[in-house]
Amino acid sequence: MTGAATHGGGVPVEAVPWAAGTPGGAPERLVFERSSPGRRASTMPDPGELPDVPPEDVLPAWARRTAPVRLPEVSERDLVRHYTRLAHRNYAVDLGFYPLGSCTMKYNPKVAEVAAALPGFARLHPAQPAEQVQGALELLARLEHALCELTGLAAATFQPAAGAHGELTGLLIIRAHHEAHNDPRRRVVIPDAAHGTNPASVRLAGFEVTTVASSPEGLVDLDSLEAALGEDVAAFMITNPNTLGLFERNIARVAELVHGVGGQLYYDGANFNAILGKARPGDMGFDVVHLNLHKTFATPHGGGGPGAGPLVVAEHLADYLPAPVVVRDGPGGSGGTQGGPPEETRYRWDHDRPRSIGRVHGWNGNFGILVRAFAYLLANGGDGLRSVAERAVLNANYLLHRLEPTYQLGYPSRPVMHEFVLSARRQKGQGARGLDIAKGLIDRGFHPPTVYFPLIVEEALMVEPTETESVETLDAFADAMLEIAAQAEADPHPLHRAPVTAPVGRLDEARAARTLVARWHPPAEPDQAGSDPADQGPADKPTT
Amino acid sequence: MLAALGLDDVDQLFQPIPPDLRAPADLDLPRPHAEQEVATELGRLAARNRHMDELTCFLGAGVYDHYVPAAVWYLAGRGEFATSYTPYQPEMSQGVLQALFEYQTLISELTGLEVSNASLYDGASAVAEAATMAVAATRRSELLVSGAVAPRVRELLDTYSQGLDIKLVEVGALDGHTDLEEARGKAGDQTAGLLLAQPNFLGVVEDVAAAARVAHDAGAKLLVSFDPLSAGLLEPPGRLGADIVVGEGQALGNHPNFGGPAFGFLACGPADVRRLPGRLVGETVDTAGKRGYVLTLQAREQHIRREKATSNICTNQTLNAIAAAVYLSWLGPAGLEELGRLCLRLAHYAAERLAAIPGVSLAFPGQPFVKEFVVRLPADPAEVCRRLVGHGLLAGLPLAGLAPGLADGLLVAVTERRTKADVDRLAEAMAAVLADLGAGGEGRGGEGAGRGDGEVAP
Repeated sequence: MTGAATHGGGVPVEAVPWAAGTPGGAPERLVFERSSPGRRASTMPDPGELPDVPPEDVLPAWARRTAPVRLPEVSERDLVRHYTRLAHRNYAVDLGFYPLGSCTMKYNPKVAEVAAALPGFARLHPAQPAEQVQGALELLARLEHALCELTGLAAATFQPAAGAHGELTGLLIIRAHHEAHNDPRRRVVIPDAAHGTNPASVRLAGFEVTTVASSPEGLVDLDSLEAALGEDVAAFMITNPNTLGLFERNIARVAELVHGVGGQLYYDGANFNAILGKARPGDMGFDVVHLNLHKTFATPHGGGGPGAGPLVVAEHLADYLPAPVVVRDGPGGSGGTQGGPPEETRYRWDHDRPRSIGRVHGWNGNFGILVRAFAYLLANGGDGLRSVAERAVLNANYLLHRLEPTYQLGYPSRPVMHEFVLSARRQKGQGARGLDIAKGLIDRGFHPPTVYFPLIVEEALMVEPTETESVETLDAFADAMLEIAAQAEADPHPLHRAPVTAPVGRLDEARAARTLVARWHPPAEPDQAGSDPADQGPADKPTT
Repeated sequence: MLAALGLDDVDQLFQPIPPDLRAPADLDLPRPHAEQEVATELGRLAARNRHMDELTCFLGAGVYDHYVPAAVWYLAGRGEFATSYTPYQPEMSQGVLQALFEYQTLISELTGLEVSNASLYDGASAVAEAATMAVAATRRSELLVSGAVAPRVRELLDTYSQGLDIKLVEVGALDGHTDLEEARGKAGDQTAGLLLAQPNFLGVVEDVAAAARVAHDAGAKLLVSFDPLSAGLLEPPGRLGADIVVGEGQALGNHPNFGGPAFGFLACGPADVRRLPGRLVGETVDTAGKRGYVLTLQAREQHIRREKATSNICTNQTLNAIAAAVYLSWLGPAGLEELGRLCLRLAHYAAERLAAIPGVSLAFPGQPFVKEFVVRLPADPAEVCRRLVGHGLLAGLPLAGLAPGLADGLLVAVTERRTKADVDRLAEAMAAVLADLGAGGEGRGGEGAGRGDGEVAP
């Protein structure tokens, strides 16, 4: 049942093909190669009556610049055309569907952009005294309250700039908690399906990683977990739903086991979209949660950032949060069932936090992203957020229904939650690997799913449609996936050449790693970055 | 869709969640709001803040009121950049990848080092990443940290060091700059690196080449946190011997945003590339030989190397880095130099005007500075600043508790957005406020002014 409308040429209206001849297809020189001596876009104010201060009069010779900084010399017209052309060579949520598993590429509402750009937010200096920034502090306090409600926990910090930053912060808090109880611990346990940031954050926080295998149904294997736990375990880190898109139904038992040895339970919030308002990590026994506001709260990904990774903790860990924290003098209220805060309520920073682990950000985290997340919270409200989770899970199950059994599910359990992991092992047998399927999708006007992650599924294709996509889009994507499968079965060779319609063809990643060119050099100036013959740029690396 | 799945109710899909783990129905969350209501409420909150168009800003300390040209966010804010994902599928992401390659080149030019990564969270966390690199490169565990590095940065380093095998050793500041003799005395065979800021937290220009000799004589790395816009006047630290140069990128086309988002940058030489944290864009060719860009050396990163990665960073600050690329291309070499000279003129004029007020003096007379400096006041600087808000002025950052011996200090920043008239207004208002406080004309040490000896920086 596909029913997707098509363009005249038979391409579904929901697909975004890179038609040959569009502006995005033309190569664009580097901004340095557009440079022309003496040209410029910048203008500087007239210094007027200001006394002249020649640098050589006030700066010693050892400090002064000796050679020109080679910035490009372009007019504003050149600059605008250059970056507009680069924009045309890039895919984005504003253009089309992004079924990237674990990344939650939902649509980003524009009212949030307008709000974040208000001078009352964008032109605030972070060192301004609290009495000058009451609106900003009220926003932070109300957002904290909402995140505590949604997670079932007690207090939050907004300093972490991204999910991995939140992980490090949470693990340092767990470390401080154990040390405060004269019980320093050595290990953190994670499942084999975990995001790569988990083990990397564990190491940065000074712990060792113990990995536990998943059960045949794709859940935490309780026996393996029990065997891995001990009195030296500081924490168990997990996503729920996990990276296979499955809800860990034994989570209460997991919490019992972890707490039984004195460990803390850490919730990686990458998949929180599936349970927004439907279930709460705190109620499951989690002690620490980081949320990715650039996933769950619809703030734009910015080509890889900025994000925001606030950390929410249970009462017994609140004293360890990075200082300062926002506190309220006077009645609160989220604007929810208990009403908003009254006018006379005042907010301030509390720096006097003797048990705090200290700062993890130079200032207050990515505040501009928090403004956008707050706008999203207000727009949806509690009811809307519950419906976000419901539609996300429904979309995922519908898309899975369309793609099975042509593609096999990595682990047989179902229903899935907000995402699912397919295995292209059948197509691999026919000569088309996961990467070929991904590149084939580009020619059909879609961004590919996450490929080769999680590592425990052979030829993994991890699909997360999110709640913001229509049934027409899901159908068009499913049709493209099925067409690729048919192509793989009939003759996989065209898929090896894909993409053929994108601005560039398949790129030689091994060459980029072998002979590193990490910057432009003027002609005739040698590159100095060196090379790494050992790094072949593995073709089957995970792409989350 | 429900019918296709043979379901009556979407809640059937939530059956894997045990009933006792379902969220309560009465969570205290806002009601749904129409877009217009969202805009109104956010507008109300924004209006409760006194921003830098209302108050003339002489506050800096790492975040500066530099002009953001119209083209910067007109371009960086385009949906194709702002709503795209990390460019793991390079054929669909050449726009972001090429912009980042240009960004890396620009940062390389400003810092004087060959390889820049594709951005970090902020200037402070970039320092921690540089410290980790120095420890890994030297297999040593001590980091000498200048007392003239911003207290916030030192505090963050202290936090990160809880999980890493890094011992922080403070080196004092002498007359506003890092005491390099003390650094030489403290450097030894366990010293992985020496960290200082250029210009430093107190606005003073450091002798980077001399610091490099101290670090290198001990077999250690020199780490410099650099204000990138000072490159119009100052020699890039990489050309003076710095091994790793990091910094806060806010000044490069990013609004202050109450401290974020902006970005951190990190650049190093070829020898340290394998230890570089975070994403890196490299040039390559496609199957037809056409030039293109990809994320490269990913074997350093967490999604491949997991616990053996050089850092845990995944999401970075790409969009802010793209804004910086647009900004620096807008500025051009002439603009960078003119901007530096204009800040220099304004800052020196401001220092002269303020120091002419009775009782006010420069904290470090004779020390070189480019846009920020410290004055000592004959009254409590926090109280003076509070009163100057009534004159529409953000006068600077009171240093009590932030720098030893400077409880009477005020850190003043002057960017190209200020005019001579702004500076005159600051000087006149400050003179009036000090007179009101009975502090003008009686020399230093009047009521409310502590010299702050024994004051310890956090």
